[in-house]
Amino acid sequence: MQASLFITCYNDTLFPETGKAVARLLERLGVKLDFSCRQTCCGQMHANTGFRGEAFSQAKRFVRLYQDTETVVVPSSSCVAMIREQYQGLFEELGSDSLREDFAALLPRVFELSEFLVDRLGVDDVGSYFPHRVAYHASCHGVRALHLGDRPFRLLGKVRGLELVQIPNADRCCGFGGTFSVKNAEVSSAMLAAKLQDVVSARAEVCTALDNSCLMHMGGAMHRQFVGMRTMHLAEILACTETSPEVQS
Amino acid sequence: MSAQQPRSLPEHEHAELDPRLAPPFPQAALRVLRNPQLRKNVAHAIDVIETKRGKLVAEKTDWQALREAASAIRNQALEHLDSYLEEFEKNCTAAGGTVHWAADADEARGLILDLLRQENAREVIKIKTMTSVEIQLNPFLERSGVEVYETDLAEIILQLGDEEPSHIVVPALHINRSQVREIFARRMGLEHLSDDPKELTNAARAYLRSKFLAIPTAISGANFLIAETGGVVVVESEGNGRMCLTLPQTMITIVGIEKVLPRFQDLEVMLQLLARSATGERMNPYTSLWTGVTPGDGPQRFHVVLLDNGRSSILKKPVERQTLKCIRCAACMNACPVYRQTGGHAYGSVYPGPIGAILTPQLMKMEFAQSLPYASSLCGACYEVCPVKINIPEVLLELRSQVVDQERKKTSRIFDPMYLGLRIANLLFAQAWCFHLAQRMGRIGLRLFTRKDGWIHSLPSVGGKWTQTRDLRGFPQQTFHEWWAERVKETK
Repeated sequence: MQASLFITCYNDTLFPETGKAVARLLERLGVKLDFSCRQTCCGQMHANTGFRGEAFSQAKRFVRLYQDTETVVVPSSSCVAMIREQYQGLFEELGSDSLREDFAALLPRVFELSEFLVDRLGVDDVGSYFPHRVAYHASCHGVRALHLGDRPFRLLGKVRGLELVQIPNADRCCGFGGTFSVKNAEVSSAMLAAKLQDVVSARAEVCTALDNSCLMHMGGAMHRQFVGMRTMHLAEILACTETSPEVQS
Repeated sequence: MSAQQPRSLPEHEHAELDPRLAPPFPQAALRVLRNPQLRKNVAHAIDVIETKRGKLVAEKTDWQALREAASAIRNQALEHLDSYLEEFEKNCTAAGGTVHWAADADEARGLILDLLRQENAREVIKIKTMTSVEIQLNPFLERSGVEVYETDLAEIILQLGDEEPSHIVVPALHINRSQVREIFARRMGLEHLSDDPKELTNAARAYLRSKFLAIPTAISGANFLIAETGGVVVVESEGNGRMCLTLPQTMITIVGIEKVLPRFQDLEVMLQLLARSATGERMNPYTSLWTGVTPGDGPQRFHVVLLDNGRSSILKKPVERQTLKCIRCAACMNACPVYRQTGGHAYGSVYPGPIGAILTPQLMKMEFAQSLPYASSLCGACYEVCPVKINIPEVLLELRSQVVDQERKKTSRIFDPMYLGLRIANLLFAQAWCFHLAQRMGRIGLRLFTRKDGWIHSLPSVGGKWTQTRDLRGFPQQTFHEWWAERVKETK
């Protein structure tokens, strides 16, 4: 199977380890990968802040870049939500017929990572080994926009050595919300504090999610507060095996 | 025992909840965030309602079908709002009621005062109505020489405690039991009152009975209007509303034009959803339904004031129209992680929470309350619980784009870090080489701020908003695309 990676702008810039893990994981599963260095952003930041024209040009760029690919895999639930929930509206308002048609043809081939593994490849045991206590944070967009359901839990459940622990109020927002985290910094911080209390109570070593934006938010507070817990994208956990364990940077 | 006379009221009694005067959301929220007692009260009250709601929704196997049905009913009502309102007017009038139309708050207040003057009413009792807070009716009536007595327990607490509502179903949710005791003891002259709920309720009951028996004029809101019958529906928990609806001689009902339902039968769907969503009950304790006037039974003079106040302009807009589907259950605010931290007052409007964040700026014709569409992390919890399926995040985004379209034309926004930053980001995202150049420059620039542990602890300008509570991992040495390019080169 052939898949094109859309690694997303912030993963490319700030979380290259996630991208590398996705590549290692998918290649281990026999997927032939390609990656275009021309990719930048899906437009989510602009769309969610109200910059519709700008969001449109980035959305259009995404479609043009990927319209001829077989499958697109994205290790970020909020970026997939952006593509699924907002592109159509932007294209209806600002796009041409050909763009709308190309997008309609592309959309069913765009997968969030856990969707790609469970639905497209049909696996939940991806041969991983990660002997740690792990808590899963259900990112808002993964839960309520993509309806990922039990996919991440099925994947985590098959990781050898991994002990999965529950976070209370697991689907409550961590307060990131993109520009919300700086536009409403104090409220965002209050939400984060409440979230952290729940996460810490799970007494895990690692907090994982399918979205590095939430993890950057929670991880930033964990580091600030010397909480003995770190954050890792789910791809990085799934990439670990007995023979190639975690590489800590 | 007698209550003290309410003080004479200043011009802007509800300044805190007047979107034209309230500070922007982030600023107003800060005041609440510094009040741990209030935040504790809010979180506790919400947890109680949410737990009850969760159980009762789970037991309905047809919950999603009910939401679909309710959404369809509300859409239908809005689609033909003009004819349903006329149908209501016709049927209500035929049953002995009088229907008045008010284009805005000013007209509604004037209409109500005229009606009260016709009755020579110097005092009036009220059933909880948020619409009356929207038009700031109480301070207006007080200034015009009419004493207003709220009869809903929460509203009494607010009125006597000189507080503002912070929630549309449980308006005094930010006040706890011992604070209620303090307010009652002070204003009712009951020094030895304890904070036992039973004792507090008894104090309120004694206070209210004197009003119910003495005051022959009442004002109410309405949960629904029924076009088919001309009927009006009020749902409540305490029975105090029922007292107001049965004892007085004159009833004036103020209601937003969007509250109409086509058919009596629609209540079957609505009442199931409303009680579960609002208070976590299978059925609300008191559902009062009356049609016009019945000789010898209840108020003999009945007026309905249909309030537009910006609603018909919302109706014209395809995305925003769904805002008017709202049945004011407040499930969205109970589910909202932002409201959970800030309570209602931060929204500077009688309508707080997610629904308030979309309704208030629209009622203000996008001239005020422009910080409200941004008072959300777009987590989607509101849409998930909304019994009439209002896609609140979708409307928030629509309103945000309207705010940006307005604001970006202003010269003051040219160097605003947010606007400038997003414009630059757009240029960078348009070309990969620009983006990659920016990454390299960012890596060099941020080196200055990166400590030995590889983390950034403090940033200037907008970045400082982030680092006030969170660290940021320093830029990695290599981006993903650089790693990929290197790998491709090696394998060749």
